[in-house]
Amino acid sequence: MTALINLVYLISVTLFIIGLQRLSSPKTASSGNLIAALGMGFGVLIALISPVESGDGNYFFISGALILGGGIGLLVSTRVIMTKMPEMVSLFNGLGGACALLISIAELLNFHYLETFELASYLTTLLALLIGSIAFSGSLVAYGKLSGKIKDSWKLPRANMINMGLLLTLMGISFYQLQTLESMELVILIAILSLLYGITFVLNVGGADMPVIISILNALTGVSAALAGIIYDNMIMLMGGILVGSSGAILTILMCQAMNRSLINVLAGGFGGEVGIAAQVGDQTVKEVNIMDASIMLRYSTNVVIVPGYGMAVAQAQKICKELEDLLEEVEVNVRYAIHPVAGRMPGHMNVLLAEADVDYAKLLDLDDANKFLKETDVAIVVGANDVVNPSALDDPGSPIFGMPVLEILKGKHVIVLKRSMSSGYSGIENPLFFHEKTSMLFGDAKKSLNNLLDELKTTV
Amino acid sequence: MNLIIEILINQLTILFALIMAVFLGFELISKVPTVLHTPLMSGANAISGVVIIGAIILVRSSGSEDYLSLFFGSLAILLGTINVVGGHAVTNRMLQMFRKK
Repeated sequence: MTALINLVYLISVTLFIIGLQRLSSPKTASSGNLIAALGMGFGVLIALISPVESGDGNYFFISGALILGGGIGLLVSTRVIMTKMPEMVSLFNGLGGACALLISIAELLNFHYLETFELASYLTTLLALLIGSIAFSGSLVAYGKLSGKIKDSWKLPRANMINMGLLLTLMGISFYQLQTLESMELVILIAILSLLYGITFVLNVGGADMPVIISILNALTGVSAALAGIIYDNMIMLMGGILVGSSGAILTILMCQAMNRSLINVLAGGFGGEVGIAAQVGDQTVKEVNIMDASIMLRYSTNVVIVPGYGMAVAQAQKICKELEDLLEEVEVNVRYAIHPVAGRMPGHMNVLLAEADVDYAKLLDLDDANKFLKETDVAIVVGANDVVNPSALDDPGSPIFGMPVLEILKGKHVIVLKRSMSSGYSGIENPLFFHEKTSMLFGDAKKSLNNLLDELKTTV
Repeated sequence: MNLIIEILINQLTILFALIMAVFLGFELISKVPTVLHTPLMSGANAISGVVIIGAIILVRSSGSEDYLSLFFGSLAILLGTINVVGGHAVTNRMLQMFRKK
């Protein structure tokens, strides 16, 4: 029986690996997700039927929680709109962290009723509690920040010192607890401090860096799942958790590389608070363009690039972008989309939205291809993007984003920026693009402006 | 220090698997195109819900009078299942959009 169970666990782990592998290529991704889900199904099934040393089964509670949880999961996932996807993933991740937190706290309290136990197991469980708690509260704060419920300006003074202090206190108390193993209250204190650390740690990171944070928190949930796997001596939890942990870690590094910043810089909250540059460009003037001129510019272009950003997601403007593309293609204007790796609130965020609007895959250009295409571009339309088209990253060593690879939008002949107002971007950095001689501003809601542009174009096409 | 050595010796097989899995995770992800980062993160997040297996084992091995473990365990299963089912379903929805042309 044990051999059979381990065999099925092995199959589950293999399915996870195949699933992850297939998830990393566009053609196979959809099946990859289903394969991973199948692996999870097998794992849960075995967990339900494999023999346990003691206990009363309690299947009533288990099946109730499984059915209720499955129902809620399905309901939420079918109802959520695509723009809310990043915060949804963050919330789900938090629930995974909460799961690890709850089982490790229950196990730790159970330890105190035992006569003897291995110190190593206790340490593992304590670590699972610590990491699970941080993943839980951190994900909730990330969710709050992404959905706008938590303002980016809510930052603690001396946040880095508070974080460091909290972390050291946590380590100290955990070490003391391992030495004495006396007090159950200390376990609760460790849980509370870990939750607190998760909050202060994510609160300190700028809103624009949330993708990186979600990736880190995802990796942490994986690690806590793996630690819990060691507690139960369970191979599928261990392997599944570590796979998520290591892939999350590498994804975090890839994202930091895309922004040309170090992880430390992101965690220290490097962006967002700095307003020093705002003064320099404060009194420059911007040039506005009216709908008619803008539509004529587009109509007689050869190459047009649409640069989407989070503003497109907020305005739900992806379908109108597609309509504009269709109309322009009818009059033989080449339309491409320039996708910066960190445009939006999550990597690939823009791709998901544009795919929703049926935009052809081949028209989405990544950073390098987009920068090549921009040289031959007549008009670039910026739809709610800001920091990813900020030219200071290229030429202003004083700018906090200097050195970050951006879309070199000024290589083209004209730039039209769709923007609601002159407020600065999510990271709070002033953008000299708006004041550049090649740039014309089209103020207003992106969807409305695009609609007006579309109507105007229809009269001339 | 002794504790760490004890762990290393007792859990050698597990450490073996662990190190392999770390490198496997790195290898699997390092070639992913940016377009798939969001679905991949979402899919990986669903996989991290594997922790529900621990919750199921916890509840199964608890006595029917052990209300603390039952409460924590059942809540853990509930939240973990939302993560797993919701995570895979959301990933599926995202990937369906890439497919239709």
